[in-house]
Amino acid sequence: MEYFLQQLINGLTLGAIYGLIAIGYTMVYGIIGMINFAHGEIYMIGAFIALIAFLVLGILGITWLPLALLLVLLAAMVFTAFYGWTLERIAYRPLRGSPRLAALISAIGMSIFLQNYVQLLQGARVKPLQPVIPGGVVLMEGAISVRFNYIQMMIIATTVVLMAIFSLIIAKTAMGRAQRACQQDQTMSALVGINVDRTISMTFVIGATLAAVAGMMVTLYYGVIDFFIGFLAGIKAFTAAVVGGIGSLPGAMLGGLLIGLIEVFWSAYFTIEYKDVAAFSILILVLMFRPTGLLGKPEIEKV
Amino acid sequence: MLSITGVHTFYGSIEALRGVDLEVKAGDIVSLIGANGAGKSTLLMTVCGKPRAARGRIVFDGEDITAKPTHEIIASGIAQSPEGRRIFPRMSVLENLQIGATTADSAYFDRDLERVYDLFPILKERSNQRGGTLSGGEQQMLAIGRALMSRPRLLLLDEPSLGLAPKVVQQIFKTIKEINEEQGVTVFLVEQNAYHALKLAHRAYVMVTGRISLSGTGSDLLANPEVRAAYLEGGH
Ligand SMILES: Nc1ncnc2c1ncn2[C@@H]1O[C@H](COP(=O)(O)OP(=O)(O)O)[C@@H](O)[C@H]1O
Ligand SMILES: [Mg+2]
Repeated sequence: MEYFLQQLINGLTLGAIYGLIAIGYTMVYGIIGMINFAHGEIYMIGAFIALIAFLVLGILGITWLPLALLLVLLAAMVFTAFYGWTLERIAYRPLRGSPRLAALISAIGMSIFLQNYVQLLQGARVKPLQPVIPGGVVLMEGAISVRFNYIQMMIIATTVVLMAIFSLIIAKTAMGRAQRACQQDQTMSALVGINVDRTISMTFVIGATLAAVAGMMVTLYYGVIDFFIGFLAGIKAFTAAVVGGIGSLPGAMLGGLLIGLIEVFWSAYFTIEYKDVAAFSILILVLMFRPTGLLGKPEIEKV
Repeated sequence: MLSITGVHTFYGSIEALRGVDLEVKAGDIVSLIGANGAGKSTLLMTVCGKPRAARGRIVFDGEDITAKPTHEIIASGIAQSPEGRRIFPRMSVLENLQIGATTADSAYFDRDLERVYDLFPILKERSNQRGGTLSGGEQQMLAIGRALMSRPRLLLLDEPSLGLAPKVVQQIFKTIKEINEEQGVTVFLVEQNAYHALKLAHRAYVMVTGRISLSGTGSDLLANPEVRAAYLEGGH
């Protein structure tokens, strides 16, 4: 029981991170019908910016933790958003209207480029960060005690708050409405005066912002990152988006949670060796029985 | 108010408009009739830059809008209720109207919403329902209402009567007249329902395979034997 609870906490933490990244995949797919294969690298860049920001704050002597965390969060969000925006401008917008294969190749090219870019700038070695938020609470004392670390609490709480804010923006604001309008009918969106290009840019910016938060959390959680972390995390978050139903926002959150839990429980109860395979097997299973994903809707609408 | 000169539009290699000249005067209802496939919808869409005119000039209120981005054309005071209505199916009626107000000053929103609900009371009843679940007639009203929410000076209507029951058609045409007379909105109306369209029109044009073949006042064309033979045969 204690063991199970502990894994549940670990799984929720990991799932929160996958969910944050998955939103970027699902939103971009929803609006331009394309998988942004460079999104994992955007997350990786978010992690690096967070790391660099921590080091800079250390040098500046800003050590009061709440302030430092807030500044790092802001820096990661802003700079990563800029990368997301630029990515769309140079890799996708010029190809709008051309065959999907062209955009797909461009996406894969950008993914490889960004990995090499960070490797060149930062080196190929693993980058460590001293634990910034140590400690936690012991929920159950015993042979196996259940610990809920402060960093885990922070990851889960931040994710819940961000998802709530984000869902509100999509549901209630003019920007969110424009977003949904462009998903449903881009020509009509332009005909009501929406700047479709700008809305697509905003989608990349929002996706990158959330991925940046995930990147910062991972840096804090594991304390090590390298230029290649975007690859696996990206594939898993993409899997999460597909399992949840690509294009569906609640689906991305649910899918992220599921993939995180499956991965953690698989490692805990079976073998750590095949944890990645486990996540993808679930993908195949879900798609076999629900081709549109758990919360995806089939494309039938009465118009 | 709107002047179209020598406009050519292509879909790939298909030339849908082959040099269209047309004038819409401020305050008028101008009707454009023509057979299916003549290029009427293409003309309305070309005015909004989707697709763009390959040649020719479109001037709105003295400003050349031929090459302007669509959202700027809309912001300059043109709104369209397009062919097929294109209601956002997964948004509520209210949200469809809100999105119609994208380019309008938000200070007017409540008043404009009320005005649209006055014109089409059924929309108020259905305000929380998804656009995709409305009947054809209701969707048409919503499409017109959505266009009005941007406070246009020029309203482009593409076959507002298509597929509607005769009673609803009557209501739609009555409302178009009201919008024009009481709210001072200039209307450019595309219709296959030639009788109603010509009766309503101050000025009218006939389009045949991408060109304007005839023009005149609504009553001129209504009395024109060619028009009667081609478009009013057997009807009314
Ligand atoms: N999206 C499109 N792609 C290719 N051809 C089109 C498209 N839309 C219309 N056309 C062609 O352009 C011509 C004019 O069509 P349209 O403007 O829809 O006529 P109307 O509205 O008068 O019925 C037709 O021959 C039609 O087949
Ligand atoms: Mg048409």
